[in-house]
Amino acid sequence: MESLIALLVGAPLVGAAVLLCGGKRLDRTGHWLGTLLAVVSFVIGLVLFADMLGRGAEDRALHQHLFSWIPVGGFQADVAFQLDQLSMTFVLLITGVGSLIHIYSIGYMEHDERRRRFFGYLNLFLAAMLLLVLADNYLLLYVGWEGVGLASYLLIGFWQHKPSAATAAKKAFLVNRVGDMGLSIAIMLMFTTFGTFAFGPVLGAASETSEGMLTAIGLMLLLAACGKSAQVPLQSWLGDAMEGPTPVSALIHAATMVTAGVYLITRSGAIFNGAPDAQTAVVVVGAVTLLFGAIVGCAKDDIKKALAGSTMSQIGYMILAAGLGPIGYAFAIMHLVTHGFFKAGLFLGAGSVMHGMNDEVDMRRYGGLRKYMPITFVTFGLGYLAIIGFPGLSGFFSKDKIIEAAFASGGTQGWILGGAALLGAGITAFYMTRVMLMTFFGEERWRKAPTPSPDQPSVEPAAETRGEYTPPHPHESPKSMTLPMILLAFGSVFAGGLFSINEAFVHWLEPVTAFEHGHSPLSAAAVTSATIVVLLLGVALAWLQYGRKPVPAIAPRGSFLTRAARRDLLQDDFNHVVLVRGGEQLTRALEQIDHSVVDGAVNGTAVSVGGLSGRLRRLQTGYVRSYALQMLGGAAVLVFATLLMRGV
Amino acid sequence: MSFPLLTAAAAVPAIGAVATAAVPAAKRTAAKWLALLFSLATLALALVIAVRFDPGAKGPFQLTESHAWIADFGVRYELGVDGIGVALIALTALLVPFVILAGWHDADALEQDNSNRRWRPTQGLFALILAVEAMVILSFEATDVFLFYIFFEAMLIPMYFLIGGFGDRAGTQDATESAARRSSAAVKFLLYNLAGGLIMLAAVIGLYAVTADQLGTGTFSLQQIVQARAAGELTMGTGTERLLFLGFFFAFAVKAPLWPLHTWLPGAMGESTAPVAVLITAVVDKVGTFAMLRFCLQLFPEASKWATPVILVLALISILYGALLAVAQRDIKRLVAYASISHFGFIIMGIFAMTSQGQGGATLYMVNHGISTAALMLVAGFLITRRGSRLIADYGGVQKVAPVLAGTFLIGGLATLSLPGLAPFVSEFLVLVGTFSRYPVIGIIATVGIVLAALYVLVLYQRTMTGPVKAEVQGMPDLKARELVVVAPLIALLLFLGVYPKPLTSIVNPAVDHTLSVVDRQDPKPDVRVNAEPTEAGSDRDAEAAK
Repeated sequence: MESLIALLVGAPLVGAAVLLCGGKRLDRTGHWLGTLLAVVSFVIGLVLFADMLGRGAEDRALHQHLFSWIPVGGFQADVAFQLDQLSMTFVLLITGVGSLIHIYSIGYMEHDERRRRFFGYLNLFLAAMLLLVLADNYLLLYVGWEGVGLASYLLIGFWQHKPSAATAAKKAFLVNRVGDMGLSIAIMLMFTTFGTFAFGPVLGAASETSEGMLTAIGLMLLLAACGKSAQVPLQSWLGDAMEGPTPVSALIHAATMVTAGVYLITRSGAIFNGAPDAQTAVVVVGAVTLLFGAIVGCAKDDIKKALAGSTMSQIGYMILAAGLGPIGYAFAIMHLVTHGFFKAGLFLGAGSVMHGMNDEVDMRRYGGLRKYMPITFVTFGLGYLAIIGFPGLSGFFSKDKIIEAAFASGGTQGWILGGAALLGAGITAFYMTRVMLMTFFGEERWRKAPTPSPDQPSVEPAAETRGEYTPPHPHESPKSMTLPMILLAFGSVFAGGLFSINEAFVHWLEPVTAFEHGHSPLSAAAVTSATIVVLLLGVALAWLQYGRKPVPAIAPRGSFLTRAARRDLLQDDFNHVVLVRGGEQLTRALEQIDHSVVDGAVNGTAVSVGGLSGRLRRLQTGYVRSYALQMLGGAAVLVFATLLMRGV
Repeated sequence: MSFPLLTAAAAVPAIGAVATAAVPAAKRTAAKWLALLFSLATLALALVIAVRFDPGAKGPFQLTESHAWIADFGVRYELGVDGIGVALIALTALLVPFVILAGWHDADALEQDNSNRRWRPTQGLFALILAVEAMVILSFEATDVFLFYIFFEAMLIPMYFLIGGFGDRAGTQDATESAARRSSAAVKFLLYNLAGGLIMLAAVIGLYAVTADQLGTGTFSLQQIVQARAAGELTMGTGTERLLFLGFFFAFAVKAPLWPLHTWLPGAMGESTAPVAVLITAVVDKVGTFAMLRFCLQLFPEASKWATPVILVLALISILYGALLAVAQRDIKRLVAYASISHFGFIIMGIFAMTSQGQGGATLYMVNHGISTAALMLVAGFLITRRGSRLIADYGGVQKVAPVLAGTFLIGGLATLSLPGLAPFVSEFLVLVGTFSRYPVIGIIATVGIVLAALYVLVLYQRTMTGPVKAEVQGMPDLKARELVVVAPLIALLLFLGVYPKPLTSIVNPAVDHTLSVVDRQDPKPDVRVNAEPTEAGSDRDAEAAK
């Protein structure tokens, strides 16, 4: 069985290699090959899962040592895999949702001449992501970690001819690199502290080192998680990442890659459990981001960016849960899985809408689409009900548990975190209802020609200037696209409930993450009722604003908060002024210094000390022979000096 | 007496240089093939050396050759290699055939220039490249300080002509102006390195004086000096040792180059053709860092430790300064040059961290940087030849018209930013971890370099390769067969050494351990002893692998 683990990573890796190096010959079959290998990986995952269920809870983990990777002195990095319940959960999510999205992309990318390459990148992503969750040490995890970053870079910038896509790709990679600094430093700290960075020994011996060291490692891991999972303060790349094709947004920037930070923290539970200060930092980041993302999600008119804000916010919930320790790990992962289903479904739905609407992303240009796209409407609707936590659907079970655990973290902290999580649930209901109403209900705003507006540069100027406007013909997407949406909708509806039967999911993960029941100051029933109340409030408010009244085709100016939220709460503006402009000035100043001061000083010394100026001029006029003379002179000096020394 | 492999490895390119130079003017193509053939023969010899080298053998040097040369002054023709030398000889021998292939047409334009009939540019170009190769290989082999010094200095002559005579003519309307720029870059290169060399010469003489004074007979033999020191027969005064160390170090720091002695490099690399730029940064400059490891540390261990704090700070400045300046560059080749300055900072930092990870990583870094820079720079050269401009702003949208070129350029760039999975990641991480374990603050600040590297690489890629296709880029041909033959093996090697660097680490590790034992430094021990000892498991596996 162990040997299958490598195959799990190997299948998509081979796919990537073949598709990217294969050339034009594979243009007509490449997407089938890519999809097939993703499905192969999923089937292997299922086989391993069945095998794992056949063993007792405590000895389910499999290990496979492939080869010694970097052996230098005490530094021993291996290419070795570990498949335990936590990794298994991810494997099934990644390959399952991954396969569906491969199938979806066959239709979605049908008219793209570079479809083969797209599938190559998707396969590369799967391989890297599987490596990330299967590695048995932090350095190999790092390889997967940056590998998914590379795949993300390539896929965000897939339409490279668009400058905005290229810029967004670069930004994502750079912001992630800042997080990677954290991961590097964490690994270095582990090495100097434990002499190793393999999961087993490090996590096993975590309690033997000081709390200060664990806090330092924990904070560095948190920095890494912030980069990859788009958490404040490293969240700015995720909105721009929506420049990528929509299947990419669904797979990488919603269901899998962006949740890697949650995996990292959960995996490193033993470190965080011994570092309460680091845990506090984690929950603060989670709580701030869940509100931040939700507020941004309320203000965006671009359907994908609204969903991106939502992703940020939902991952905030997961990070918050992971920061709570053993009372939260299992729920963080459970929400991660259910979110994987419904958010991937929502993105695929958004992609389907865009597919039928000539790639329009502005929700103010949508409206009343439920009649034209019934399957998309129903699957999107189920995803919507799941994410807002409608009782009985997936999101209800997983999010409710997190809110409960947040209250249970105790004292004032518990009230603050619980309150934030509860408030977030209300805002989630608001912005998702807004998306739903603006897209599928109300007036068919796309029938009228767009009116130019300075705030809306996305409006096509060509159509206006000609004075003619052909409205799009919204239509349902092909089966290859709707089938994945239907399957994901099933997950959105039932996964949470299934996981919660007899706390099945919690018991499944317990051997890896440990589990404690939290003691909430509020009863479970009280938390659930409160959640349902804020949910209804959010829905009602959204209906008042976007359901009862017609949606203006041009965004109103809005309050200061709305305007700030449209600009991602001014974070980009801050980055631009401080980092981009400041950086430009710094590099320019250095360039000047290099020219005049450093080079000048060296030239000056050379000229004054050696009296070399004369020779310099002669060399420049072409008397290179003088160099030979100089060599000869040098040798003569050497011989003479040696003779002298011997005499001494 | 066995076959003198090491002499042969240097003699073959040397003979090749003479033979190529002697080819008649009309037979230009023959000269090219001849040079390529000799460089491949050298590569074959380098591989034989690597195979014959036994990492487990006792003693610091293998395949040694020793002959009296200038007996009166104790100068001997003494050659020998340790694992570090083997790795760098292999790198040199590997890169030169690609340099020759990449520069296949670089002298063609000069041939059409009939103003100087006596001058045979094609023969000259390839003969000079082989001459540099021979001297670089000899300086990796020489274990006699004087012998090393000769080749260390002599390689400046062919390099000078390569920079000044075959410069990059891209984007120059004014031929005389470009010739002047080229010549001034070549002179700057020469003067810098000469100045370094002269100071080193004084130190070489000083070293001889010390040995003559204390051992009775003066010697330049590295091994003899190291042994005499270990046996207590040779003791240098603290002041003397420091002065001599500085003399050596200065020359190597110019060649490496280390901030603030780096200013010759961007000019030299910018004005040369791309293959010559590769020769400078990937091959010749490595002699500087190699010599720090072999001569500075082993001849002057105490002074090396004394100077460590200052050198580490200078290396750190190099890392950040080089990277920041790379971001500011408008010229593709100067950008790569500043990136190299940043990378040399990492190498020097790793050497002076004096841990097995630091020095092992630094050695791997020399090899990996050679390969990755060659890949990036040679593709950049192909690009520049097509468009006739070195300015980043003159490009845009190349990805659309020449996807293979853009793809290989990106891989070269990703290697330069040390993406995990590619070879440079292994070495960069080792250097960082090796530095961090002894100097945590410096190690942490150096990690900023990984963010800056991503910045200059991705900005370069974005501006040249993505976006709308510029009019001048329209119709640009993709990589040709010859160019693919140059790039594909380099990329394959970057991947292989990223996934399986063990062939390199297994020959480098013993040499690093030896160096550290001469300097008398041990790796810091971890704070917590982990029960399930993974290191032992690792060394068991090593032992098995060795059998």
